[in-house]
Amino acid sequence: MSTAHTPAGLARTAHGGVGESAPRPDGTLKVTGEFAYASDLWHEDMLWGFTLRSPHAHARIISADVSGALATPGVYAVLTHDDLPAATRYGLEIQDTPVLADGVVRYHGEPVALVAADHPETARRAAARIRITYEELPVVGDEESATAPGAPLLHPARDDHHAAHVPHPNIVHRQPVVRGDVAAARARADVVVSGDYEVGMQDQAFLGPESGLAVPAGDGGVDLFIATQWLHADLRQIAPVLGLPEDKVRMTLSGVGGAFGGREDLSMQAHACLLALRTGRPVKMVYNRFESFFGHVHRHPARLHYEHGASSDGRLLFVKARIVLDGGAYASSSPAVVGNAASLAVGPYVVGDVDVEALALYTNNPPCGAMRGFGAVQACFAYEAQMDRLAERLGLDPVEFRQRNAMEQGAVMPTGQVVDAPAPVAELLRRVKARPLPPERPWDTAGGAPDVRALPGGLSNTTHGEGVVRGVGYAVGIKNVGFSEGFDDYSTARVRLEAVAGQPVATVHTAMAEVGQGGVTVHAQIARTELGVTRVVLQPADTRVGSAGSTSASRQTYVTGGAVRHACQEVRERVLALGRARFGAHHPAWERAVLVLEGGKVATEAGEVLAALADVLEDEVIDVEREWRHRPTEPFDLRTGQGNGHVQYSFAAHRAVVDVDTGLGLVKVVELACAQDVGKAVNPLAVTGQIQGGTVQGLGLAVMEEIVVAADGRVRNPSFTDYLIPTILDTPAIPVDILELADEHAPYGLRGAGEAPTLSATPAVVAAIRAATGIALARVPVRPEHLTGT
Amino acid sequence: MRVNFTVNGRPQQADDVWEGESLLYVLRERLGLPGSKNACEQGECGSCTVRLDGLPVCACLVAAGQAEGREVVTVEGLAEHARRRAAGAGTPPEPAGTSLDEARRWTAAPDGTRAAALSPVQQAFVDAGAVQCGFCTPGLLVAADELIERNPEPSDADIREALSGNLCRCTGYETILDAVRLAAARAGEAGPR
Amino acid sequence: MEFLRPGSWEEALAAKAEHPEAVPLAGGTDVMVEINFDRRRPDHLLDLNRIGDLYEWETGEDEVRLGASVPYARIMEELRAELPGLALAAHTVGSPQIRNRGSVGGNLGAASPAGDSHPPLLAAGAQVEAESVRGTRLIPAEEFYTGVKRNALAPDELIRAVRIARADGPQQFSKVGTRNAMVIAVCAFSLALHPRSRTVRTGIGSAAPTPVRARAAEDFLAAALEEGGCWESGRPVPPSAARRFAELAAGACNPIDDVRGSARYRRHAVAVMARRTLGWTWDAYRSGGRDSRCA
Repeated sequence: MSTAHTPAGLARTAHGGVGESAPRPDGTLKVTGEFAYASDLWHEDMLWGFTLRSPHAHARIISADVSGALATPGVYAVLTHDDLPAATRYGLEIQDTPVLADGVVRYHGEPVALVAADHPETARRAAARIRITYEELPVVGDEESATAPGAPLLHPARDDHHAAHVPHPNIVHRQPVVRGDVAAARARADVVVSGDYEVGMQDQAFLGPESGLAVPAGDGGVDLFIATQWLHADLRQIAPVLGLPEDKVRMTLSGVGGAFGGREDLSMQAHACLLALRTGRPVKMVYNRFESFFGHVHRHPARLHYEHGASSDGRLLFVKARIVLDGGAYASSSPAVVGNAASLAVGPYVVGDVDVEALALYTNNPPCGAMRGFGAVQACFAYEAQMDRLAERLGLDPVEFRQRNAMEQGAVMPTGQVVDAPAPVAELLRRVKARPLPPERPWDTAGGAPDVRALPGGLSNTTHGEGVVRGVGYAVGIKNVGFSEGFDDYSTARVRLEAVAGQPVATVHTAMAEVGQGGVTVHAQIARTELGVTRVVLQPADTRVGSAGSTSASRQTYVTGGAVRHACQEVRERVLALGRARFGAHHPAWERAVLVLEGGKVATEAGEVLAALADVLEDEVIDVEREWRHRPTEPFDLRTGQGNGHVQYSFAAHRAVVDVDTGLGLVKVVELACAQDVGKAVNPLAVTGQIQGGTVQGLGLAVMEEIVVAADGRVRNPSFTDYLIPTILDTPAIPVDILELADEHAPYGLRGAGEAPTLSATPAVVAAIRAATGIALARVPVRPEHLTGT
Repeated sequence: MRVNFTVNGRPQQADDVWEGESLLYVLRERLGLPGSKNACEQGECGSCTVRLDGLPVCACLVAAGQAEGREVVTVEGLAEHARRRAAGAGTPPEPAGTSLDEARRWTAAPDGTRAAALSPVQQAFVDAGAVQCGFCTPGLLVAADELIERNPEPSDADIREALSGNLCRCTGYETILDAVRLAAARAGEAGPR
Repeated sequence: MEFLRPGSWEEALAAKAEHPEAVPLAGGTDVMVEINFDRRRPDHLLDLNRIGDLYEWETGEDEVRLGASVPYARIMEELRAELPGLALAAHTVGSPQIRNRGSVGGNLGAASPAGDSHPPLLAAGAQVEAESVRGTRLIPAEEFYTGVKRNALAPDELIRAVRIARADGPQQFSKVGTRNAMVIAVCAFSLALHPRSRTVRTGIGSAAPTPVRARAAEDFLAAALEEGGCWESGRPVPPSAARRFAELAAGACNPIDDVRGSARYRRHAVAVMARRTLGWTWDAYRSGGRDSRCA
């Protein structure tokens, strides 16, 4: 491989390759305000689309009268379910989601009608004139009400591929994982600990609202400029709704203001296209923050029951777990979330005897689907709480107890899958523990008066140190990377190499959604490293090139990065062939030596320059499109959960240090140190940013973030006033320790990194709060009420 | 209604403004200055932070009519604002910001080759890795630039307090702190302004 | 909708007289949220930004006459000595951006029980200067709040200023939120010692339909301090008295359960804040300082 070394005697000019903290190619545009996000788009004659949403969680639509809206000056179209031209449902995995409510609304905020008008206010006023008569229906809100005899069925006519094996039609999917003999292990156990845990509904709360611009085209098709996570999955769902062949729906990625899973499902994509095709005018749709809370799926809230058994010498003997996820009204990615929850339910530990059941419900709560950590977050909160309790019962240090049971390379998962790459779980824990602790009483100042900004409550001035106690907690987690369970998880990359003005230029074109993660930076780095060029042009992501899969599951650097590398390698072979044909007769090294591309030159490994790339290429353009796949996976057995379901595992550990005001139940996280194995830090600065960002999302779930849904299914806090995400005063120092133990199966040995830190941050913070207060805390987010007994 | 005000040193006029429209909407949709971001429209995220007569405010909570006759600086004018500040108050104001046509011409192709003159705080955000999705970035830049203008050597606590009205969902804020420290340190090395 | 832009206070009063339903708009931090989210569509918006008088204050011997639109940022920076409780509360309002726009006049106009300035106004002693073309009247803060988001203003009245007693002793403000910045009060408490009159006054926010004073707690504490000769001696407040004060403060609450917090928690937290702020203010009094702010 030519990747990591520079031939002797050849000046290294291709800066910004793999392993360097190359700057973002879009950084300058983003700091000048010129980067065009989907909500920034503008078009001559553009109309504004608006969505009328259901005020009820479950109701029958008795009648709909849109005449008042249509009569409003400035209104160009009003659409309801009756106006849909073709397919009326869509879905990532199960086509159960109505484009517009089909006579029944199944959750609070479900889209019912669409308006296109010449000003957002006109559209809002017109929507307010649409008269919908609802008859409210009983609400299914939890497992008990969903599976009770005579429970209303959310999807009575379901015929999806999970329908046949689920125990109840209001269960989307159920996955057991059974290995060994739990009853026998329980009989052997010296210590058994059981507990019930609960995880609230978290929101991705990306800052850039759902938005896009649909422009009708002369050929009867439509061009959609959109913020999404996966262009081709959108396309596959939108085209049937529009009644158009896929080649008439052309999609281009616009600037995406964060995603975190919340853009994996459709939001306004089909709606904007429908309005554009109906009116013949470009239609822009932008959700405001209120609507955004209804416009995308959330993290599944969960109830988890765990039973752990261990021997007196601190060995885990068995785990029995039941994980009930609330999937809400429509399936979204619930089946895959169930698969993750079940297969990762035990955590990064070696346990011989396992009996796990995970399932997702259909309810009238908001639909839930993908969010960073995808099914592994909920389980991690519960199993890490259990690990602390077991350690306490055994009289062991919580880190020591975890290390004794930590998996390592070669370990067997409860699914039977052998972990065939480094799994440095014990080492990650060791590293966070070895770090010096931050100083006590950070609020003390030389002047005497405390700096309240360093105290729980912050600027709100609730304590000057009274009632404040410190706690330290640890957690570690395991997350799969890439799409699992036999999914054909491939990416496509097109790479072109040509000489422009005497310099070699590589052009990389993929459909990867850059949502902020820095995939574009990585692609340019890979092209520089593989082709030895400095100048790399990145084409906008669109559907003119094959699918790059989803920007989710920590997979893009691995899979689309892999595709870019694969395409580059083919380009490299072709350019060397070209060189051999042109110059091979002049120098024997063309045929005999190992050749590398470096610094815009073709050179031998020993460092002899054979030719400039530009001279090799002349007017030739080498243009290659390649698909690339990681190792195949297989589905989990429906009864036993056995199977090589995952591609790669990713591990992170956290140590949290918190100060808790026990009087008021307020928490200040003082430090949240993370150690993570990333296999290969393709861009150290960027991967550190991913780890810190994921860590803070975990912190948010621990102490503040929850979408509160009332018993009637209505969302009570759809705003940034009442759905709180951490501010810079809530976040601590986040020292990051990066390990690079190569996974030989992955490009450059890398390991998907985006999600793992989101898992362990939450239980580490809660463990620290428990350590400070001695309160058991079985639910996140932890509220002041939980800490004060009120 | 009609609203006249100054944006990034350039007189601007917006016509047919709906009375309930925010300054943010007028900047973004009528003046072709979409740099200020529309993330919450309720003053809870800071993504639309602009300077109004010098003070950082949420443009989403300023009624367009209230901007009549006032001076607004947005992220598009930040580099010019910093240049003028560095040059001292006597420099005549140059028209700054993105022209209507320029701003409306959107580019999804970040080519990284565009040589733009950045303000120190903008450059520091790029260098420190403080930009991920970037949606919070314009508001943070306006707030951070104002902090350093007011307090050239901010402590970490000062930085946190000054930026506590700007939510970021991607970075965990560590690199943002780094960026502001870096910008302040560079300004210090460059000598007093 | 019509956008009224009076250039003077007199014009503003005339406009309000002509359009009593007009919604005054100053910092916009409440009204614009309601407009942006389609919760309010008044026929008239009455922009007060062009009335310079509203952005000024006068410091008299006994009181500060604070213009209705003076932004929180200026209060927290420039009125810490005169109005320490309000300055502390101002520092907790929203974000720096909000504090550059939001004002006490706006807080009073909105009359949300969660408004941060209400507790210190109640504790310091304040009168709202309401004016219309018919004339001026002073409304004591206690009488100003008439219900959830309702106040004592007549339809044609505007808030010209707030007359707040200058601090004659230490004052404190505490607010519970589940985030360390940019948070709406779950509940809030303010305490002002008035050594000159040997009284104490309190203000509680977000724990009843309106901001309230804990009068029983005030009376109890004043009596306990008097009885113990504490004002003269500077002796510590007996723990039992502090406890009782806290209980009585909690007893003044009439909170609800909502998405921000439970009623029980609010009562509990008010008691904790009452006890702590008493400790801080009394320590400051004993050490001779009248200004007990921190940070």
